[in-house]
Amino acid sequence: MSLFVCPVPLATRDTILLGHGSGGKLSAELLRDVFLPAFANPVLDRLEDQASIAVGGARLAFTTDSFVVKPLFFRGGDIGSLAVHGTVNDLAVGGARPLYLSAAFILEEGFPVASLRRIVESMRAAARQAGVDIVTGDTKVVEHGKGDGVYINTTGIGLLRDGLQLSAANARAGDAVILSGSLGDHGIAILSEREGLELETEVRSDSAALNTLVDAMLDASLQIRVMRDPTRGGLASTLNEIAGQSRVGIEIDERAIRVNEAVRGACELLGFDPLYVANEGKLAAVVARDEAEAVVDAMRRHPLGSDAAIVGWITNAHPGLVTMRTAFGTTRIVDMLSGDQLPRIC
Amino acid sequence: MKYIDEYRDGKLAESIAQAIRGRLTQPRVLMEICGGQTHTIMRYGLEDLLPPEIELVHGPGCPVCVAPLEVIDQALAIAAQPEVIFVSYGDMLRVPGSRTDLFRVKAAGGDVRIAYSPMDAVRLARENPSRPVVFFGIGFETTAPANAMAVWQASREGLRNFSMLAAHVLVPPAMRAILASPACRVEGLIAPGHVCTVMGSREYEDLARDFHLPIVIGGFEPVDLLEAIRLLVDQLEDGRAQVENQYVRAVTRTGNLAAQRIMEQVFEVCDQKWRGIGEIPASGYRIRAEFARYDAQRVFGTGQITADEPKECISALVLQGLKKPSDCAVFGARCTPEFPLGAPMVSSEGVCAAYYAYRRHAPGGPQ
Amino acid sequence: MCLAVPGKVLESQDIGFNRIAKVQFGGVTRKVYLDFVPEAGVGDYVLVHVGFAISKIDEAEAQRTLALLEEMGAILDEGGE
Repeated sequence: MSLFVCPVPLATRDTILLGHGSGGKLSAELLRDVFLPAFANPVLDRLEDQASIAVGGARLAFTTDSFVVKPLFFRGGDIGSLAVHGTVNDLAVGGARPLYLSAAFILEEGFPVASLRRIVESMRAAARQAGVDIVTGDTKVVEHGKGDGVYINTTGIGLLRDGLQLSAANARAGDAVILSGSLGDHGIAILSEREGLELETEVRSDSAALNTLVDAMLDASLQIRVMRDPTRGGLASTLNEIAGQSRVGIEIDERAIRVNEAVRGACELLGFDPLYVANEGKLAAVVARDEAEAVVDAMRRHPLGSDAAIVGWITNAHPGLVTMRTAFGTTRIVDMLSGDQLPRIC
Repeated sequence: MKYIDEYRDGKLAESIAQAIRGRLTQPRVLMEICGGQTHTIMRYGLEDLLPPEIELVHGPGCPVCVAPLEVIDQALAIAAQPEVIFVSYGDMLRVPGSRTDLFRVKAAGGDVRIAYSPMDAVRLARENPSRPVVFFGIGFETTAPANAMAVWQASREGLRNFSMLAAHVLVPPAMRAILASPACRVEGLIAPGHVCTVMGSREYEDLARDFHLPIVIGGFEPVDLLEAIRLLVDQLEDGRAQVENQYVRAVTRTGNLAAQRIMEQVFEVCDQKWRGIGEIPASGYRIRAEFARYDAQRVFGTGQITADEPKECISALVLQGLKKPSDCAVFGARCTPEFPLGAPMVSSEGVCAAYYAYRRHAPGGPQ
Repeated sequence: MCLAVPGKVLESQDIGFNRIAKVQFGGVTRKVYLDFVPEAGVGDYVLVHVGFAISKIDEAEAQRTLALLEEMGAILDEGGE
């Protein structure tokens, strides 16, 4: 066997690649190799979607997210509503009541003010619907050609619910894995509006604020171990993170997972797996077995959870690994991707 | 989705598997050529449905994996040029050349774009008349007609800024080379269904005869592949060696004549290097002299670029079906999709990538 | 390799040098070149690879194959296992 050894690898990674932003393995590596060593502290090291901090007598959740989506406007939303929903959701899935957001804009010289107005109006409406206030912000302008129209960063603060310790490290064998609805709508909506792929579809981004759905779930049960919104990298990345941090195995059932017809068609055409496509209005939760039905029922009564279902279980087998029972009846591994999925011919 | 869902039916699959079990009397080694078929086998865990006496060996059916190293290097050299818009199928972006890959060229400022169809590149050329637009035309016979059309279209429209860097590989000559190798243990072949949709099943009749080998043209859905395996097992048990068509809904004996005609107009057969395997006579297409102005190699003068294929790399043995990825000392360790050492780990249809995604935790694979 | 997907022809027209169709895949449609399968008409299913139809799906053959497979399944079930 030692005769057949491949040659020395290519130049080591010394520049940032697009894959570093896609939420998969490369992103995780960057975190592990560059950011964590520099910023190490107990709060950060827990690697949740939001940081929980105690200030005076209050327990707060604190999170930040940046938005660079292209195109800026798409069916079902725009970079503005996305920026509000994204940060509200990160707070909500951490078990916090979202209260205040900041909004920082990096604008490109030449960007139409009318477009900015549209985006800002969209943010106003999204914030109102989510019950949060945008209380501070910032604006910078970069030279023409040095930006993509607009980038937005939102940072959010929320109040953590008492008696709740949500963490990706909390999943235990026997727990149920619940998904709030169909996969892939956001990613395919965005892709279909990108120049070059020329896909015509009615698929709309599912971008939405999930905080009231989360409230309904927490009202039904406090035996919720972890909640995550599967954004970049899709459900597969989220489940892999949970499996890794909890050191458990996860088994999901393909037949329980809902994918809309248009999303399916686009995925077949491009060679994409819906498990890895981004969502912006869905959540995955790990719930104690005995409470799972109650949580699903509560979700189904909420407009954003009408298709909620148990899609899998936490197991002691194969810790760190996510597997899926296919509609076919066999089992396959659902790994983390290293970068983005690319449309393929093969 | 019609013509997809019916062929992913688990119950049908189980009946076919049952029929195979009923017929099989001894171990058999079968090869599926196409990377897409390998992918389906891995993704649906078909080997778990088959009796253990059937060994599936994976062939070189990944045009991304076998595109010669020097062509990749030529692509990288062209893409790095300042005004060039370099357009490629998504599959090629991560494939390592001698020193870098298209993603890194893009990161360094190259205008590298992904296309779903070669006609997208023609459109880009039309829309950007002052910039050279180069399309990376790789593929088997399935993709070659579309690539040929792009060149033909550009010439009809008189687009002065469009050219194609072509690297096409043909399946039957490669299969002949693999089957002729003394180490080859393959007893039955699943031929690539989409290649045959274009070229017809007749191309495989010589192979079946010369090697006394059962060949079944197979589709890409799990039921298609199981059925193709069942037909092969029947042939082997009967002692027959014929070309049979499982993929009847898409494949005929003569194939798609319109597609073949366009390829003949734009391309001519040539000797071709297969990355990891070496040169195989008459196994590729190059752009004909009449279309020289659309041949990026000539336009950019990159024909001089050569590259040394590492001689000890196991890719060669894996692509010929002589070794499995799990036999490789660095599989899953130093060689992963994030740090690929060879093309079969990078391409989504590469056998190493398929193994890595679906199989590496199975017994027998590295942990 | 060769990711080719079956889709339904919704409409087609001759534009310039080409025959171009709108083809539906599940809930998504895309422009597809019919130059290699010019005889495909509205309602037909075609197999599409990189934006080109490479063959018309033979509906009759497809039905026949599936029927045969189902029959085989039924026979095996009756035979018991």
